[in-house]
Amino acid sequence: MSNTLYLRRRVANVAALGMSMFATLIGLAFLAWILWETLRQGISAINWNLFTKISVYREEGGLANAMVGSLIINFIGIAIATPIGVLAGAWLAEYANRTKLGESIRFLNDILLSAPSIVLGLFVYTIVVLPTTVLSDHTTSFTGLAGGIALALIALPVIVRTTDEMLRLVPSTLREAALSLGVPQWKLTTQILMRAARSGIVTGVLLALARISGETAPLLFTAFGNNFMTLNPLEKMPSLPQAIYEYTKDPDPAINAIAWAGAFVITMFVLILSLLSRLILSRNKVSHD
Amino acid sequence: MQADQGVIASTIAQEQRSTRDARHDRLFGWLLKGCALLVLACLLGAAGSTLWGGREAFGTFGWGFLTSAEWNPTDDVYGALVPVAGTISTSLIALLIAVPVSFGIALYLSEVAPPWLRTPVSSAIELLAGIPSIIYGMWGLFIFVPFFSDHIKPWLISALGRESCDVHEAGNVSWVAQHVPFMGKMFCNENSFGGSVLTAGIVLAIMIIPFISSVMREVFQTVPTRLKESAYALGSSTWEVSWDIVLPYTRSAVIGGIFLGLGRALGETMAVTFIIGNKMKLSPSLLDPGASIASTIANQFGEAAGLQKSALMALAFLLFVVTFIVLLIARLMLRRLAHKEGR
Repeated sequence: MSNTLYLRRRVANVAALGMSMFATLIGLAFLAWILWETLRQGISAINWNLFTKISVYREEGGLANAMVGSLIINFIGIAIATPIGVLAGAWLAEYANRTKLGESIRFLNDILLSAPSIVLGLFVYTIVVLPTTVLSDHTTSFTGLAGGIALALIALPVIVRTTDEMLRLVPSTLREAALSLGVPQWKLTTQILMRAARSGIVTGVLLALARISGETAPLLFTAFGNNFMTLNPLEKMPSLPQAIYEYTKDPDPAINAIAWAGAFVITMFVLILSLLSRLILSRNKVSHD
Repeated sequence: MQADQGVIASTIAQEQRSTRDARHDRLFGWLLKGCALLVLACLLGAAGSTLWGGREAFGTFGWGFLTSAEWNPTDDVYGALVPVAGTISTSLIALLIAVPVSFGIALYLSEVAPPWLRTPVSSAIELLAGIPSIIYGMWGLFIFVPFFSDHIKPWLISALGRESCDVHEAGNVSWVAQHVPFMGKMFCNENSFGGSVLTAGIVLAIMIIPFISSVMREVFQTVPTRLKESAYALGSSTWEVSWDIVLPYTRSAVIGGIFLGLGRALGETMAVTFIIGNKMKLSPSLLDPGASIASTIANQFGEAAGLQKSALMALAFLLFVVTFIVLLIARLMLRRLAHKEGR
């Protein structure tokens, strides 16, 4: 009797642990499948034209204008989000740690972190695109700048959160030492604590860049896309994810191949960025513990 | 050295400096607070602007907007039922698949795997979270959907469903469909395009697995070792410790992790847009194309005007409110475990 119970428990244990291993294999298999296809289809479609020619709808297929547009839009996004995010994170960690308002903003920031990006895109459409359309008498509507602002809203919570966490990792003896010497709080925050947490904050910015460089949905109604090369952020601006979106919807397989090449470029960029930031982060953690 | 200079300087012009420092400190504090309040402004603004944009649609259709399945730009009549149902069903399918798989992964990584394997495997799983959603969309459209149509769909239909969605029409009906109500309707085939609510749900599941499993793994590691050791000492097996000790201890955080994944799945746009088929028609079959809120907005907003644009804004408002509530629950649940630990 007890023997069969024992046997049953052992079988249940082996079965459950086997299933857990199987689940892990499923996860890894899908990762391998997605990366493999992106690699295979992307590399076979990569050629020099991709980086020198502009959109397929204007010249012999390239992504040059989309890449330039992506660089500009991402730059705008990071340039807006970094100062705001770092200062907000510093406020959470240094000024409002354990206050009610601070706790609720930290909490809401975590929600903003996973809020649907398409709604943030519509928000920027309402507060940036519509006003510029009216103010410029319908000569300017969608702009690269609006796209950058939309991406900034997505990057912001990432930067706030990492800055907040990294500053709180700085040992409080450093704060006490500085304050006891009469250093004012603003100098302490900007010149001592941020310097101590610098690598962590940079990591946050890199993570945010990785997050926004693959974003497509909010750009659809803000930057809109453009088949020409443009450097002016006050015009409609193409971007790599959006070019991929359009080329993927195209019925022509040759154009789909260019989409794969773009997908390859973007995936590599994002993966390298996130690996890099992970590396900095793990090294940082070790030094603090 | 510097400290000495600081002391001397402060004794010379102490009055002046302390007032100046106090002023700077106040200004700096306000600047920082302003930046932090922007986070709040983003959330309020996103809700407010979509509500404002959708006022015309809400005003025109009232509560009927939520219950009507008709979405017809030609007649300018809009109801949210199809995209709302699509969003809910794809997210539920995603959870049904992702929750057990994530639990398995978390269990494997925290209890079963040899220590040297844990870090590489968990980083690999987390890489899945880093892949942009448009890549999932492309992979889904070009690779997974054809694979699904060729290999999985025929099997699903013959094992669980019926060949034709029309009950009166001839065609094979599986044993399950004969005996379980609704099964035949859920797995019947009328479309030739492979993209469907089910494929969208499966791809969403792959996308949210890394989020759920990393939360689960993290909270599993917070279980006090003495609890687990006591259970082992009483003769429990690894599985019994995981199911009867680890899971109950971390229950609230595990639910939080699941809701976090749900929040992601609800708002996911690009991957679903490629795969779901974007058909504004209500169908009980999971193998039929449908539409989700996000995919409808992505597809139609560019060409929409007037009432249609307003209806899309109204959809976005619904999506935002629902996701906000789901994420709120998620964060509250996750916090509960942290409080228990005294953090």
